[in-house]
Amino acid sequence: MLRIFLVALATLFIVAPAQAHPHVWVTMRTELVYAPDGRITGIRHAWSFDDMFSTFAIQGLDSKEKGKFTREELAPLAKVNVESLKEFDYFTYATADGTKVALTDPTSDYWLDYNDQVLTLNFTLPLKSPVKAKELKIEIYDPTIFVDFSFDKQNPARLVGAPKCKLDVQLPREMTFAEGKKLSEIPADEKNTTMAWGAQFANKLLVHCP
Amino acid sequence: MTQVPRLRLTQYVLLVACILLFVAAIDCAFAQPFGVTRGPAPPEVGGFTGWILAKQAEFYRTLSGLIRAAKADGSATYTLLGISFLYGIFHAAGPGHGKAVISSYLVANDETWRRGIVLSFASAILQAFTAVAVVGIAAALLGATAKAMGNTVRVIEIVSYALIMLIGLRLLWVKGRAFLRLLRGEQQAKEAHGHEHHHHAHDHDHGHDHHHARGHDHGHGHGHDNHHHAHHAHGHDHHHGHAHSHDHDHEDDASAWGHAHAPEPQELTGKHWLRRGLAAIIAVGLRPCSGAIIVLVFALAQGLFWIGVASTFVMGLGTAITVAAIATLAVGARGLADRFAKARPGAGMLLLRGLETAAALVIVFFGAALLTGYIVSERLLGV
Repeated sequence: MLRIFLVALATLFIVAPAQAHPHVWVTMRTELVYAPDGRITGIRHAWSFDDMFSTFAIQGLDSKEKGKFTREELAPLAKVNVESLKEFDYFTYATADGTKVALTDPTSDYWLDYNDQVLTLNFTLPLKSPVKAKELKIEIYDPTIFVDFSFDKQNPARLVGAPKCKLDVQLPREMTFAEGKKLSEIPADEKNTTMAWGAQFANKLLVHCP
Repeated sequence: MTQVPRLRLTQYVLLVACILLFVAAIDCAFAQPFGVTRGPAPPEVGGFTGWILAKQAEFYRTLSGLIRAAKADGSATYTLLGISFLYGIFHAAGPGHGKAVISSYLVANDETWRRGIVLSFASAILQAFTAVAVVGIAAALLGATAKAMGNTVRVIEIVSYALIMLIGLRLLWVKGRAFLRLLRGEQQAKEAHGHEHHHHAHDHDHGHDHHHARGHDHGHGHGHDNHHHAHHAHGHDHHHGHAHSHDHDHEDDASAWGHAHAPEPQELTGKHWLRRGLAAIIAVGLRPCSGAIIVLVFALAQGLFWIGVASTFVMGLGTAITVAAIATLAVGARGLADRFAKARPGAGMLLLRGLETAAALVIVFFGAALLTGYIVSERLLGV
């Protein structure tokens, strides 16, 4: 009896270290940019924030015309956004034929725009060294679920300059309780299961090239 | 209680250790399978937690629409307040350190459920109040940017987390020592060839310890009771050589204020507990919820700041109800342990002290983890 209570008490705390629920929603439109020789060179993101967070982010910013912001007026905020994203690896993870691909910091041509009370951050993440891959995988997610990412319904993603390749957009699906349990039982050194499991729950772009 | 079965003792210690391990290791449990690609995919936990997360996200997302609606039609305000209330309830039920710290505090300090409810409500209302103060002063009056508000919150955060750690360390100092002393005494009792031995037997030196807030347990002036045990115990004591000279175990010398003595009666019944609990209220309630701040700024931008304020306090009310419920559960568990301890003075008391020490450790863990950024309770991204 006592033990049951102790266990109950323990379970109260189990969930605690897990992170908070989302406070920011991002709708993504992503472009994968290819060089003429068929190598992927970068990932171009356009992230639109939800209306509450957009309003919060522009709080206190000056603009010439009330309720409207130019790119220049939003430039300092864009800088802060991009710089803070670094800590989280821009929430973007890429693998080429199963090997992790290193991304660098965004190119300097990033910007924010504000339309219909929605703030959109545009930035490009170059690959450290462009790669040619048969199977390219890009995943976008926040492991701490503070930011909830989802692809835009109409224009989720597209390939730029890769005519022979095929793009496949996979949306995350929720993990069932049984899956979560099973997940925690997988030994850490099993790499294959890692791929199979982790992939299912992120926003994923798959590019198949001949 | 002549003999304390070793097995049972070990079990209790193990159980207590398990609570701590669970807390510390759950992150790893999720992270490991994905270790290769740095961090797990979104832990969209299923089951109860998943449902709570989904619900509160759903409520939160409807808030912006309702605030807009309230601008056009005043009656939408009631819906807004209703959803805010539900959001508060679900928000507190989901992951968060507040309820864990409050519950652990109540368990470690042996507070009543009524006090638990008072602490829960006070901290939740304070939390709403700080959110309103930050947005009201920074944004509404000073026209500060989101970045400036974020920085303010970060400073508040550090103070609050440090306070949590201090409360935890203080409790750990008092409760942990009581536990160790009891553990040591327990061992000696066993070495004393099973001779009927009761901890209550040692209460004659209370008067000596009374003035030592740090609780030195001098054995001076009355070595008549335990020395023959001590000779037996000597060889087995791994802690330090002096262990045999100060081994008086008072079950009740673990009051949070470090008197090596039972708590004063007025301390238990008087207003003392509130003053003592104030630190816990501030530690938990000082840090405003990011969600509340965002909602307030949004309401302010719509020219409906006061509706945002009302929404924030109703959220706080919802949060308080959940935290109070969980805190009551924790107090109930502690009460059960108390009853068990009374029935079996030796093992039970050891369990009780162990539980208190574990609860204190949980608070220290949360304080340290939050302070070092190991746990991110919330964050204001990119502003």
